[in-house]
Amino acid sequence: MLRRCLNRLLGRDERRATSRTIYVGHRPCHEAEVFIPPKFCDNRIVSSKYTVWNFLPKNLFEQFRRIANFYFLIIFLVQVIVDTPTSPVTSGLPLFFVITVTAIKQGYEDWLRHKADNEVNKYLVTVLEDGKEIKTESEKIKVGDVVEVEEDETFPCDLILLKSSREDETCFVTTASLDGESNHKTHYTVPEMDKDLRSLRATIECEEPQPDLYKFVGRMDIYMDNQEPARRSLGPENLLLKGATLKNTQKIFGVAVYSGMETKMALNYQGKSQKRSAVEKSINAFLLVYLCILVSKALICTTLKYVWQTQPGQDEPWYNQKTRKDKDGNQYLKMFTDFLSFMVLFNFIIPVSMYVTVEMQKFLGSFFIAWDRDFFDPEIQEGALVNTSDLNEELGQALLFSHSSDHLAAVEYVFTDKTGTLTQNNMEFIECCIDGFQYKNKEPSYTERSSEVDGVDVTDGPVNQLQQKAGMDKEELFLRALCLCHTVQVKEQADQVDGHGGDQVDGGLGPEGFIASSPDEVALVMGAKKYGFTFLGMQSNTMRVMNRDKEVEAYQLLHVLNFDPVRRRMSVIVKSASGQIMLFCKGADSSIFPRVRQQEVDRIRMHVERNATEGYRTLCVAYKLLKNDEYDIVDAELREARLSLQDREDKLLKVYNQVETDMSLIGATAVEDRLQEEAAETMEALQGAGIKVWVLTGDKMETAKSTCYACRLFQRGTELLELTVRTLEDGERKREERLYELLQDYHKKAVQDAPPVRAGVTRNWSSSNQDYGFIIDGATLSLVLNSSTDSNSSSYKNLFLQICQNCTSVLCCRMAPLQKAQIVKLVKNSKGSPITLSIGDGANDVSMILEAHVGIGVKGKEGRQAVRNSDYAIPKLKHLKKLLLAHGHLYYVRIAHLVQYFFYKNLCFILPQFLFQFFCGYSQQPLYDAAYLTMYNICFTSMPILAYSLVEQHICMEVLQENAGLYRDIAKNAMLRWGPFLYWTLLGVYHGLLFFFGVRLLFSNSALQDNGQVFGNWSYGTIVFTILVFTVTLKLALDTRYWTWVNHFVIWGSLAFYTFFSFFWGGIIWPFLQQQRLYFVFANMLSSVVTWLVIILLILLSLLPEILLQLLRKPRGPHSRQKNPLVQPAVGVNLYPMSQARPLLMKADESNTIL
Amino acid sequence: MMASGYNAKEEDGHPAGVTVHGVGGPVTVKNKKPDNTAFKQQRLPAWQPILTAGTVLPAFFVIGLIFIPIGIGLFVTSKNIKEFEIDYTGVDMSSPCFNCSQNYIWNSTTPCTCSVPFTLDQPFENNVFMYYGLSNFYQNHRRYVKSRDDSQLNGDLSSLKNPSKECEPYRTSNDKPIAPCGAIANSLFNDTLGLYYIDPNGSRTAIPLVRKGIAWWTDKHVKFRNPGGNDNLTVAFQATTKPVNWRKPVYELDPSDSDNNGFINEDFIVWMRTAALPTFRKLYRIIQKKPNNLSPTLPLGQYVLDVTYNYPVRSFEGRKRMILSTISWMGGKNPFLGIAYITVGSVCFFLGIVLLVIHHKYGNRNNSADIPH
Repeated sequence: MLRRCLNRLLGRDERRATSRTIYVGHRPCHEAEVFIPPKFCDNRIVSSKYTVWNFLPKNLFEQFRRIANFYFLIIFLVQVIVDTPTSPVTSGLPLFFVITVTAIKQGYEDWLRHKADNEVNKYLVTVLEDGKEIKTESEKIKVGDVVEVEEDETFPCDLILLKSSREDETCFVTTASLDGESNHKTHYTVPEMDKDLRSLRATIECEEPQPDLYKFVGRMDIYMDNQEPARRSLGPENLLLKGATLKNTQKIFGVAVYSGMETKMALNYQGKSQKRSAVEKSINAFLLVYLCILVSKALICTTLKYVWQTQPGQDEPWYNQKTRKDKDGNQYLKMFTDFLSFMVLFNFIIPVSMYVTVEMQKFLGSFFIAWDRDFFDPEIQEGALVNTSDLNEELGQALLFSHSSDHLAAVEYVFTDKTGTLTQNNMEFIECCIDGFQYKNKEPSYTERSSEVDGVDVTDGPVNQLQQKAGMDKEELFLRALCLCHTVQVKEQADQVDGHGGDQVDGGLGPEGFIASSPDEVALVMGAKKYGFTFLGMQSNTMRVMNRDKEVEAYQLLHVLNFDPVRRRMSVIVKSASGQIMLFCKGADSSIFPRVRQQEVDRIRMHVERNATEGYRTLCVAYKLLKNDEYDIVDAELREARLSLQDREDKLLKVYNQVETDMSLIGATAVEDRLQEEAAETMEALQGAGIKVWVLTGDKMETAKSTCYACRLFQRGTELLELTVRTLEDGERKREERLYELLQDYHKKAVQDAPPVRAGVTRNWSSSNQDYGFIIDGATLSLVLNSSTDSNSSSYKNLFLQICQNCTSVLCCRMAPLQKAQIVKLVKNSKGSPITLSIGDGANDVSMILEAHVGIGVKGKEGRQAVRNSDYAIPKLKHLKKLLLAHGHLYYVRIAHLVQYFFYKNLCFILPQFLFQFFCGYSQQPLYDAAYLTMYNICFTSMPILAYSLVEQHICMEVLQENAGLYRDIAKNAMLRWGPFLYWTLLGVYHGLLFFFGVRLLFSNSALQDNGQVFGNWSYGTIVFTILVFTVTLKLALDTRYWTWVNHFVIWGSLAFYTFFSFFWGGIIWPFLQQQRLYFVFANMLSSVVTWLVIILLILLSLLPEILLQLLRKPRGPHSRQKNPLVQPAVGVNLYPMSQARPLLMKADESNTIL
Repeated sequence: MMASGYNAKEEDGHPAGVTVHGVGGPVTVKNKKPDNTAFKQQRLPAWQPILTAGTVLPAFFVIGLIFIPIGIGLFVTSKNIKEFEIDYTGVDMSSPCFNCSQNYIWNSTTPCTCSVPFTLDQPFENNVFMYYGLSNFYQNHRRYVKSRDDSQLNGDLSSLKNPSKECEPYRTSNDKPIAPCGAIANSLFNDTLGLYYIDPNGSRTAIPLVRKGIAWWTDKHVKFRNPGGNDNLTVAFQATTKPVNWRKPVYELDPSDSDNNGFINEDFIVWMRTAALPTFRKLYRIIQKKPNNLSPTLPLGQYVLDVTYNYPVRSFEGRKRMILSTISWMGGKNPFLGIAYITVGSVCFFLGIVLLVIHHKYGNRNNSADIPH
């Protein structure tokens, strides 16, 4: 209690501490009482942001809240207010355009959201009100309403189940859209309560809403007339969650406890987080640097201006008098406006066009993903999808379209869902082994397993080459066991499933015909069916099985010894028509083998082990005959145990263990949750690329583990470090102590004892050093994350992270959706803030998809939520490889180059203008003509870099795909770190200095023509500008490794356009211009031979270091080449440690040789 | 463009149970398979050039071989250009123009004149170009550069009567529009320079100075136009007044030649092309070579520069110079370019050699390493 108070004081756990009271049907508990209905939020789901009224102000506010927009707005306003060297139109027009387009786009998106919200909120539901059924809109449901839900409808809010149409007071739901588990779950009505809902008087007291799907604590007080209220406790089994779907139950009644945005679904639906890619972060950092450069430039100029003006006669010489207005102004105000003017003059260093170009590149570039035919899946007739919509619209910098293609590069962690992503979520009975003989399933889709002959029970021949079948009776016994030993239900009312008409094609029931809590069981029953034994269903405790001779056998089900994870087996006791009492047991090999006769074990163990290594889930089947008197004892013991009130579980376990002994092993089964196509190859490629793969699943640990083995995430040599409830409960001590001990232990093992691993090297295939795999489950994770004391919590987290970072793969099972996101967040915010990628297919993955830097949706079976919330959607997991290794790599190189180049070209654009201030009395005189100032970024130099950033392939896509190691070259944002940035900046400074002072030296004698006439300041600027445009364009040409016709067109086209434009611009007296500054300046310039010579000289001199550098990088090449000579398409998997320091030159070279 | 982002939402409507590979049902799903174009599949045919030593080394040598001769040519040319410069500001007491520079009064009716003697050590051949040079004069100051009205100068009548606001504070005077308006025009360089050759016997010979051909052809013939043609300028400029610092109105700049008067006066046009740097020179006169071409245009000997000292520069620490220069194909004297070309050419050549050595060393090892594979 004290602790709770403390928690509350410390601000933790604030909501959960309180509880709410709900009056069922809004009826007071006692007639006499005055009923004051408590206030809860309504059942409206709101995802839209704007209304008609607040759209304009709110949208404008949001847009100008972005730093970039605000910056340009300020620049624009300064230009309007202050007398600045450039016209306000130059910056106002682009800004206006950008703002308008963004507003229209966001308005449209919000309209779509409104539509979607309305669809949900206006959905008609039935509410019991004063005993009458009233149809009302979903949004009008209030907490306390009794709601009726019919089969296949989704629950409109979180309900406590009061009444079900099923006799056994249960209902089935599927929570596929919540946690991705598509199986049916049983929920129970509140026990022992009056079934007449009209007269029911009850209150429910339950905790305030919290996002954990699997937790619910409450109690219900039922008031009878003049009696003490009867108290029932409520748990998650009574709670029906909004978003889940009612299955196999005609209708239910429930009372709403949480509504609208307070439902567990809404709480789990995380707000779209602000995703910033590494590139954007880099851009921001660079921007800051450039902003500093800009401000310091302006400051320097302002200061120097006033220093200079103190010299006599400089401020206002007789030839250059100020206007009256200028003279009268306040000195400090003038200083400030001077500062602003300088800012405006140099503001081209951060141009709007950069944002537009970056956004254009991101937007257009992402089309290549959607266009890629390799991503096309013929099965669903769809290709990849890029969600360019509002995912990142709140992003600080994004102006036009926001998108995160550049995220795809430099991914360090991949978080993948298991069910439906790694696996197809499609259990399939692969083979069985009866009495030591292997039986392989025959199925059309398995035609590649060629050795099969037509027939029902084909034997593939036992592995030991004995062409001998198990006896007929053994076979049938085994199949009967499969048909009987389960908790599968047959979907009732076969005629009602018209929605699934396709299931009935071959006269039997399709997979949807069976309902079970585990898909494995369905697979087994289906498997038995394939071999001729069909489970027909239960009829009042009688299981009916149709055997091979189409006869229906009936078995009376006496007892079900339920599955539990400790025993890891389940059994049924049935009585056949002939009166035989049999026990069938199936379970994990480790739990069955000790309980059967040893001589039988050896024959089967081999099969089981082989199957397990192939990644199948294996179960062993055993049976035993019970004599009547034996059964009587068992029966009595079971009943007694069941009815006991204390230690019921322990007692049951004891009886179970007693019964399940001395069985005889009949066989084993192998079920495959089929992996997605090329899942293992994809995972291997990812690991080869230096990416760590974490599997986050809501599934059971065993299942998940076997999938990991199948995907080769865990290898045979991998040592598993397990941190689950099971390992925690080993000792007598408190869980936390044990947890700490285990964490320390593992940490020692995986982190301290491990040899220091070089960064970038991940899996070592020669297995010289130990691989570690880490397994943790949801309960333990929450223990790690929400440890009771703060100091522990952070140290646990650190230990946990460090262990995980040293493991090749991490498996997190039994995760709630939000926990998945928590994990992603934990890693995302860990040291070095690595780039994370989440891939999933179900609604349960949405939160982690949104949390990670890159969210990828697989167009799977579990609805469209994941796809809708993802940044990219791909049809199959295997496409992830190309998406990351080829597209991601190329994108990254492209956008990184784009960003660096943009900063560079604007630096060397503005630097001469800055230097010119030293020669023009710090008067803010622009060096270039206004047309050049505006067009530089828009027309003259923007197209080549845009084209480059769209089509450049410094390495062929095939090569990239085949050599996963190349991905490591761009790991950790390699091209946008401070090193490269410094290089580009220095290059820009060098160029700027060269341009200005080169021409300055030329102008020491401004008589440059052979007729003795002189050039003026506009000629000066035009010469500098010409050199500038040619240099930056040719610099890009030097960097281009992949010259398509597009590149040729835009590069040479830009230069030609510049020349043409300059002639044209200077060729006419433009009536709308106040000053004909450039009239014939360009033509005159070209008529001067020395100008030509200077232009050529300076361009060459600027590019010389670049050429040299590209050449000098080469000598490093041979060494890396010696180590990995193979960069050929023929090379299969990328087992070759690719070099990380290969020069671009080499790559182009090698890709050339391939062609 | 944006529609593609919403595909997913539209497709939400599909019933969940649709089996795509349904038995026998020729499911006509609209073909969304992406087009197989080279562009969309990023398989455009491409040229993938590489800068290898093999391609760059020859280029270096070629650049070296081309640049060094050009540089030498430029250097020699520049060296052969004769240039003579004399400062006549009159800062020193000893300077003949000291008095003029000291007692400067605007609008003085009697112009101050001074004569600066100088000696040419070598004869100037061919056409000799006479420049005046100003120092510490900020023709490139923003307030100054924009203080002009190009449409007025282009002969626009409405601008003549109503000059642009940019001309402030040189826009109107006594409520009459100034023509030409603006600070640039107002500060027109108005020293008159005359050149005399002093014969060994002591007699002064005036050297003929040509005042045309000193402005850009396009400026003179297109950009600058007199309002209402070149005739009768007095009428054309009737409603206007002269710039405050001028001694005579614009239509009296060169009354002797109607083709060089008013806005199209070449001295004026040259002045109006603002200089790039605070120290600049502007073409003043051309001394044409003698027709018979037997004697040099300016033989060596004694000369006198006659200055009508009108232009004050002492107030802003300025300097005035007179420059005589011959001109070659590369324009005036400028040794920088020749040196730069020689340097760059040599550097390229040198780098070529260095790289050749490096390439030779590493290239061999590279090849041998590749052979075993």
